Amino acid sequence: MDPIHDSARAIARDVNARAVSAAEIAETLIPRAARVDAELGAYRELTPELMRAQARRVDQRIADGDRLALAGVPVAIKDNMCLIGTHTTAGSKILEGFTAPYTATAVQRLLDAGALPIGKTNLDEFAMGSSGENSAFEKTKNPYDLERVPGGSSAGSAASVAGYAATVSLGSDTGGSIREPAAFCNVVGFKPTYGRVSRYGLIAFASSLDQIGPFARSVEDAALTYDTIAGKDPLDATSIDRAVEATADGLRDDLRGVRVGLVKEFALDALDAATRACYESAYADLERLGAELVDVTLPTAEYGLATYYLIAPAECSSNLARFDGVRYGLRVDGADVGEMYERTRAAGFGPEVKRRILIGTYALSSGYYDAYYLKAQKARTRIGEDFARAFERCDVIASPAASSPAFRFNAKSDPVTMYLMDYYTIPGSLAGLPSLSIPCGSVVPEDGTRAMPLGLQLTSPLFTERALLGVAHAYERATLHAEKLALPEICTT
Amino acid sequence: MPTDRIDIRHVARLARLALTDAEIATFAPQLGSLMTHVDALAELDTERVPATAQVVPSRNVQRDDVLRPETILSREAALANAPQAQGAYFRVPRIIAEEG
Repeated sequence: MDPIHDSARAIARDVNARAVSAAEIAETLIPRAARVDAELGAYRELTPELMRAQARRVDQRIADGDRLALAGVPVAIKDNMCLIGTHTTAGSKILEGFTAPYTATAVQRLLDAGALPIGKTNLDEFAMGSSGENSAFEKTKNPYDLERVPGGSSAGSAASVAGYAATVSLGSDTGGSIREPAAFCNVVGFKPTYGRVSRYGLIAFASSLDQIGPFARSVEDAALTYDTIAGKDPLDATSIDRAVEATADGLRDDLRGVRVGLVKEFALDALDAATRACYESAYADLERLGAELVDVTLPTAEYGLATYYLIAPAECSSNLARFDGVRYGLRVDGADVGEMYERTRAAGFGPEVKRRILIGTYALSSGYYDAYYLKAQKARTRIGEDFARAFERCDVIASPAASSPAFRFNAKSDPVTMYLMDYYTIPGSLAGLPSLSIPCGSVVPEDGTRAMPLGLQLTSPLFTERALLGVAHAYERATLHAEKLALPEICTT
Repeated sequence: MPTDRIDIRHVARLARLALTDAEIATFAPQLGSLMTHVDALAELDTERVPATAQVVPSRNVQRDDVLRPETILSREAALANAPQAQGAYFRVPRIIAEEG
């Protein structure tokens, strides 16, 4: 029994069997997380008292005869999700000091299943970013190279699990914010179908795209976490009223009969030679496991980025209008209420959030709506239709999760260059599809000496989470890529 | 590509965002560059394509008209995060100008 390195499944099994108490797990993880956090800056805030109190409740429930799916499993929560009584900043100065008055449904479901909340994780401000660098607070580092970014926006949720400072975590994904950091940090990151997981208590960025999902060190733990949080929630009208198929008992070990689509428009030519070789080898592994590789085409995928960078900022400009200094968060006084709004928002938001609010406000402003927002929503329809056609020929689409491994801090100062990081993840987000990133090897970047992980993205039709995780599991068990990469000392001792 | 394509001061006013001159100097070319990227959409044929309203099929979502007390914030909880509260109210600066 090793609460730091064990899987969620093993911890839950042992706690349910009373081989170890949740309290012992909490007392092991609390100092561990603090020590790793000092190196990685993964957490906005650790919650040791909440963790201890929850551990006592879990031990009592086990003593009373309950069996809990995540009994005693240490979980980290992205700091854009509410957990009652904890600070919830969304990585923004405008919410510094805000205390959540209620708990998000996805978080509550983890607690009800016996999980122990270890802390709130750092993120790009309001989940806008691909590196973690847009947080107004900590600089979260990549556990595999402290000179490099962990990816974003769910930076701390990826780094905490990769650094063994949490067993699993929750992130949110709007255009790649779970999958890209998972790829950069050598962990599994899973974005379910839009609406599978309630967004109640998730601070909204782009409501038609936002989706909560798990990070884990194995597909099995990601599946276990997903099974716990998925399902209709009366508090989120957009959550899907449709039976959730359990995924954790559907994990397969071969890919016979599975058709894996390779997208013509996602050709690997543009990648650096070593990265390209890694993905070619991943595709070959899928075939070796019995999958049939088929060529598919997504002719509109190249418009994904342009479509996304109209829709997401438009929705962001509307959602973030609520931060006005009246009901919560920062207030900077002014002569009248209008000046108070303008000064509050000027002082509270960081540059990336301001940029997106400006883009979105412009795209929705009088005279431009048809040319931008409406056009983008039509393009989005075509992207969805392309996926539907592709899925007539295949069961799952494989591609890189990102075009490179984790880059150095400050390497991408131009916003559009940063936006290009999401090239592979955005089309699936626009179509609402379930999609994940799974470790698929590593490369030594040209400007580095350490091997850095890469992620294989697998995407499947709406509502096919069970099949998707099954395919990912077969690939993971056959390749064991995540285990081949040595962690820095801080994360193994 | 002209960087003054967006009247950034006007957009900032619409967004209730005070910007410094330095921010305007930084953001203007960045937004211009992004809008140039976005212009590529114009070449995509969407003549007979409906706009996406939702990605996952769902009909009108309704619920029973019953109170769920556990989902209702108390007045105290609702005011607890307020920058300024007075009694049962949020306090804000003057909204209506005094008569001249």
